[in-house]
Amino acid sequence: MNLTLHIWRQKNSQDSGKFVTYQAKDVLEDMSFLEMMDVLNEELIAKGQEPVAFDHDCREGICGSCSLYINGRAHGPKQGITACQLHMRSFKDGDTIYIEPWRARAFPVIKDLIVDRTAFDRITRAGGYISARIGSAQDANAILIDHDTAESAMDAAACIGCGACVAACKNASAMLFVSAKISHLSQLPQGKPEREARALGMIAQMDKEGFGACTNTGACEAECPKEIKITHIARLNREYLRASVK
Amino acid sequence: MGWFTKMLTSSIGKKLVMALTGLFLCSFLLVHLYGNSNLLGDPANAKESFDGFSKFMSTFPPIRVLEIGLALGFLLHILQGTILYFQNKQARPIGYAKMPGNETSSLFSRTMIWSGALVLFFLIVHVDTFFVDVRLAQGHEASMYDAVKSAFENPAYAGFYLFSLLLLAFHLNHGFQSAFQSLGLNHKKYTPLIKGLGLAYSILVPLGFAAMPIYFIILKYYPCCGGK
Ligand code: HEM
Ligand code: FES
Repeated sequence: MNLTLHIWRQKNSQDSGKFVTYQAKDVLEDMSFLEMMDVLNEELIAKGQEPVAFDHDCREGICGSCSLYINGRAHGPKQGITACQLHMRSFKDGDTIYIEPWRARAFPVIKDLIVDRTAFDRITRAGGYISARIGSAQDANAILIDHDTAESAMDAAACIGCGACVAACKNASAMLFVSAKISHLSQLPQGKPEREARALGMIAQMDKEGFGACTNTGACEAECPKEIKITHIARLNREYLRASVK
Repeated sequence: MGWFTKMLTSSIGKKLVMALTGLFLCSFLLVHLYGNSNLLGDPANAKESFDGFSKFMSTFPPIRVLEIGLALGFLLHILQGTILYFQNKQARPIGYAKMPGNETSSLFSRTMIWSGALVLFFLIVHVDTFFVDVRLAQGHEASMYDAVKSAFENPAYAGFYLFSLLLLAFHLNHGFQSAFQSLGLNHKKYTPLIKGLGLAYSILVPLGFAAMPIYFIILKYYPCCGGK
C-alpha cells in the first residue's frame, strides 16, 4: 500500500518545528508501524537527509518508549496496544497519516517525535517506591492478600510509564500514571507504611511539573496500552484526601 | 491550616471543590424545581401557592442565610471552574493537528466550561428578570407568579429558557457522575447506580424546569387545552 505521511519535524527543543510530508511506497501490511518508519528512515538516509527521530526500544509493548501520536490517537487507532504493536494492516492504501509527538508542557520535545519524559521519573522519585527491605521471596502464604486486592494492585502495576494518558488527556494530566503507581503500592502490605508520604509527595511533584488536573473525561483509560482504569484515579483521590487530613 | 489550603489548592483539591459545590448546586436545583411545581395547576390556586412559596423563601431568615451559601457556592464553582480551565489549557501549549473527537471521550465531558458559561449567562438573565426586577425593585408584595407568567408568555424568553436548560442537561450529564469520581467514590457495586442516577437526573430535572415555560405558552396560545 502507498501512504501519505505528515510527520512532525523539529531540530531541537528551541526549534519551532513543522509538519513535513512524505510518501511511503509499497508498505507491507505485515510491517509494524515502527518498521514502516524504519524503511522511511533508510530512504531518507540514502538520499542524504536527516532520518526521523522517534523513541523505541523493546518493540513488544513492554518498555513504553514508542511515544507516537498517530492520526489523533496515542499509540494509533487500536485499543490496548503500544505503537510498536500496531501493524500496517490497520491502515489501507491511500491513507493519510499524521504522526505527532506527545504534546504536554511537562513533556518538551527534544527532537522530531521524541519528548522528554523525565517528569515521570521525578514524580516516581517523590514517593513511587518502597524503602523497606523486604528480603528474598516470601513463603507463599506468609503475607495474606485476598485475590481481588492482589488483582487490583497487579492491574495498576501493569503501567509501563509510556505517557499515553498524558498525551490523550485534553488537560495533559498525569493522573492515570500517578494513580497507577499509588494504587499499586498502597494496596499491598509492603507499600502501606509510606502510604501518606507517597500520596502527598507524588501529587506535589505532579503539580510542580505542570501537568493539568482531571476532568474525568476517561480519554486516558481509553488510550492506555495496558488498559488501566480510572477507578485507580478515584483511589488516588481517596489516598490523597486521606493523607491530607491524617 | 497550612495542610488545608495546600490540599484545596492542589490539582485534586481543586476538583474536590468543584465536586462539592457542583453537588450542592444539584441539590439546590431540586428545591428550586419543587418551588416551581407550584406554578402548575388551576391558575388561581397556583398563583396563591407559588406567591406564598416565593414570599416564604425570600423572607424566612434561615433560608436567607442558606441563600448566602448558595451565592458563595455558585461563585466558588464558577471561579474554580474557570481557573481550572485556564490551568488545564496551559498544560498543553501546543495542540495536536489531529484530534480524536468522540472516539475516546464524550463531547459533554470536554465542553464543561462552555456549557457552564452558557448556564452562567442564563443565570445572570434569570436573576435579573426575577430577583432584581421583581423582588428588589417591587418588594415582597409583588406577585412572582405574574412575573413568571409574563416572562414565559414571551416566546423569545421561553425559547432562551429552554435552550439554556438543554445546556444545563449537557453540563449535568457529565457533571453528576463526575463529581463522585472526584470525591474518590468509584466502586464496582455502586458506580453503575450513580451513573444511572446521573443520567436520569440530567434528563428529568431540566425537563421538569422546561415544563413551566411550555405550560404558560400552551395556556396563552391554546387556552382550550390549558383549561383557562
Ligand atoms: C446549577 C448550576 C450548576 C450545576 C448544578 C453544576 C454542577 C457541576 C458538577 C456536578 C460538576 C462536576 C464536578 C466534578 O467533576 O467533580 C461540574 C463541573 C464543572 N462546572 Fe458546573 N455546575 C453548574 C454551573 C456552572 C457554571 C455557571 C459554570 C461556569 C463557568 C460551571 C463550570 C464548570 C466547569 C468548568 C466544570 C468542570 C471542571 C473540571 O472538571 O475541570 N458550572 N459542574
Ligand atoms: S518500543 Fe517498547 S513498548 Fe513500544
